[in-house]
Amino acid sequence: MKTLTDADITRIRSEFPILNTTVKGHPLVYLDNANTSQKPQCVINALKDYYERYNANIYRGLYELSELATAAYEGARLRVAQFLNAKDDCEIIFVKGTTEAINLVAQSYARPLLKPGDEVLITALEHHSNIVPWQLVCEQTGATLRVAPINLQGEVIVEEYEKCLSEKTKIVAMAHISNALGTINPIAKMIAKAHAVGAVTVIDGAQAAPHTAIDVQALNCDFYAFSSHKIYGPTGIGVLYGKKALLDAMPPYQGGGEMIKSVTFEKTTYQDLPLKFEAGTQHIEGVIGLKVALDYVAEIGFEAINHHEHELLLYATQLARQHNLRIIGEAKEKASILSFTVDNIHAHDVGTILNHYGVAVRAGHHCAMPVMEFFQVPATLRASFAFYNTKAEIDILFNALQKVREIFK
Amino acid sequence: MNDDLIELYQEVIMEHNRNPRNYGVLANANREASGFNPLCGDKIHLKLHIAADNTITAVMFEGSGCAISIASASLLTEILHRKTVAEAYTLFEQFHELLTGHPSDIPLGKLAVFAGVNAFPARVKCATLAWHTLKAALLNNNVIVSTETGHE
Repeated sequence: MKTLTDADITRIRSEFPILNTTVKGHPLVYLDNANTSQKPQCVINALKDYYERYNANIYRGLYELSELATAAYEGARLRVAQFLNAKDDCEIIFVKGTTEAINLVAQSYARPLLKPGDEVLITALEHHSNIVPWQLVCEQTGATLRVAPINLQGEVIVEEYEKCLSEKTKIVAMAHISNALGTINPIAKMIAKAHAVGAVTVIDGAQAAPHTAIDVQALNCDFYAFSSHKIYGPTGIGVLYGKKALLDAMPPYQGGGEMIKSVTFEKTTYQDLPLKFEAGTQHIEGVIGLKVALDYVAEIGFEAINHHEHELLLYATQLARQHNLRIIGEAKEKASILSFTVDNIHAHDVGTILNHYGVAVRAGHHCAMPVMEFFQVPATLRASFAFYNTKAEIDILFNALQKVREIFK
Repeated sequence: MNDDLIELYQEVIMEHNRNPRNYGVLANANREASGFNPLCGDKIHLKLHIAADNTITAVMFEGSGCAISIASASLLTEILHRKTVAEAYTLFEQFHELLTGHPSDIPLGKLAVFAGVNAFPARVKCATLAWHTLKAALLNNNVIVSTETGHE
C-alpha cells in the first residue's frame, strides 16, 4: 500500500505557504479542513499565472489570450470529467459550489417534475444545503419532503431508508459523507435501492471529493456535486455532474450570455450542454485553479491520502476517549472528521481558547441543525484532518483542550 | 496563560456561568423579549416587572449559550434590580461602549469584568445579546433579537 512517510508530509507541508504562519505566537494548527482546505503553492501560482499571462474572457475573443483561457477552461472540464469518471465531459457543469449545484437540480430538474403527492427523500444527517433547496421546491410544487432517520452512531438506518422508498419517491438526495459526523453513507447500495423505485439520485459530495476516489459511472448516481475549495482549489467554484440525458431534458437554470444559440425578442434557443447551464462570464481562474488542485491531489494519490487521514482519525479518536470527550458520530465507516463536546463547556468558549493556542477548529452547528437536535447538543467542536496534518498537531489540540478544562474547572 | 484569555474568562464571569442568578420564569412579568443568535445558537428569554413608577422590580432569564452570554445575562439581572427604565437605557449604552472599543471611566461596577471581551471581536455579540434583548423588552418589541447582524 502507498503511504506517506514523515519526509513526504514535511515536503507536502512546505508546499502550503499558510501552514508556516503563526496565530497568537503559536504555529497555526489548522484542523478545520471540512470547512475549507488550505491551498498549495501550485494552485496559488495558477491563479497568478492566469492574471499575469492570459486573462481574457473565454469563447468570445478571436485573439490569442482568449484562446489560451478557453483551452485552459475546457481542459479543466476534461480533467474534472476524468476525476469523476464521467462518460462525457459535457456532463460536467461549472457552478459556484455544491450549494448552487443542488439548487440547480432542485429548480431545473425537480421543479418542473414534482406534483402534489410526489416525495423527495433526504436523510437525517444532511447539511442545510441539501435540506433547504428541497424544502423550497416542495413548497413550490406541493410535493412532500421525507427524511430517512439515523441511529445513535450517526449512521443512516438502511432498513428505514428502504421503507421510505416507494413509487411516490421521485428524488433521493443524500450526502456521500456527513460534514457534521464524518459518516460515510453506503451510497452505492442506497442509489441502487432508489433506482429500484424509479427515483433519481442527487449526491452531495462536498465532503467526499477531498477524501475518496469517485466513480460516477460505477455509483450510477444521476447527479453528483462537489466544491473546489474543500479539495485544495479556489473558493467560488464547484461542479455539478449530471447524466447527459437528464441534463439535456432540463430547462436552463439561469439566462444570460454564453448559454444561448440565438436570441430574438420572440424566441431564444439555448446552447447544448454544458454551456446551457453556464450563463454569463464564468469563474475562469477558479476552474483553472481547480484543475491544478485535482492534479496535485492525484499526484499524492487517494490511497496514500486515505491511509494517512485514517491514521489521524484513529489517533485523535483514541485520545478523545482517553480525555473523556463526548464523541458525536461513531459510524463504523468514517472520514477524518471528529465531532465532540467537552464536559458542559459551550463549543464557542472552547473554540476561543483553542484559537489562543493557534488551533483552528470549527465550533458550531456545522450547518446541520437537525443533526445537533438529534444528538441534543447546541453545538459541537469539530476537528477535521487533511493529508498535511500530523499527530503532533493533534497532540497540540489535546494539550489546548486540557487548558480549556483548567480555565473551566 | 495568555493575558487576553485571563481577561476574558475572569472569575466573576466563570462564577456567574456556573451559577446564573435570577434564572427561571418570572411569574408577574409585564415585559418580556427573546434573543437568539442563530449562528451561535445562543438563546436568552428575559422577563421583567416594571412598577408604576418606572422602576424595574424584578428580572429573570432563561437560556442557553456560552459562558460569556450566560454570565452577561446573569449580571444584567443583578444590576438592573431597582433601577429605573431610564437608568437601564443608560447602562445599555455604557455597556455597549465598554465592549466596542471606547474604554470609558464610567463606573460600571461588576459589568467592568466584560472589558476583556473588547479584545475578542467575535465574542462581542455573545456579551451584548442579553442587553439587546433587554432593550427589546423595554420597548415592548415583539421581535426575536439577534446580535449577529454585523452592527455590533
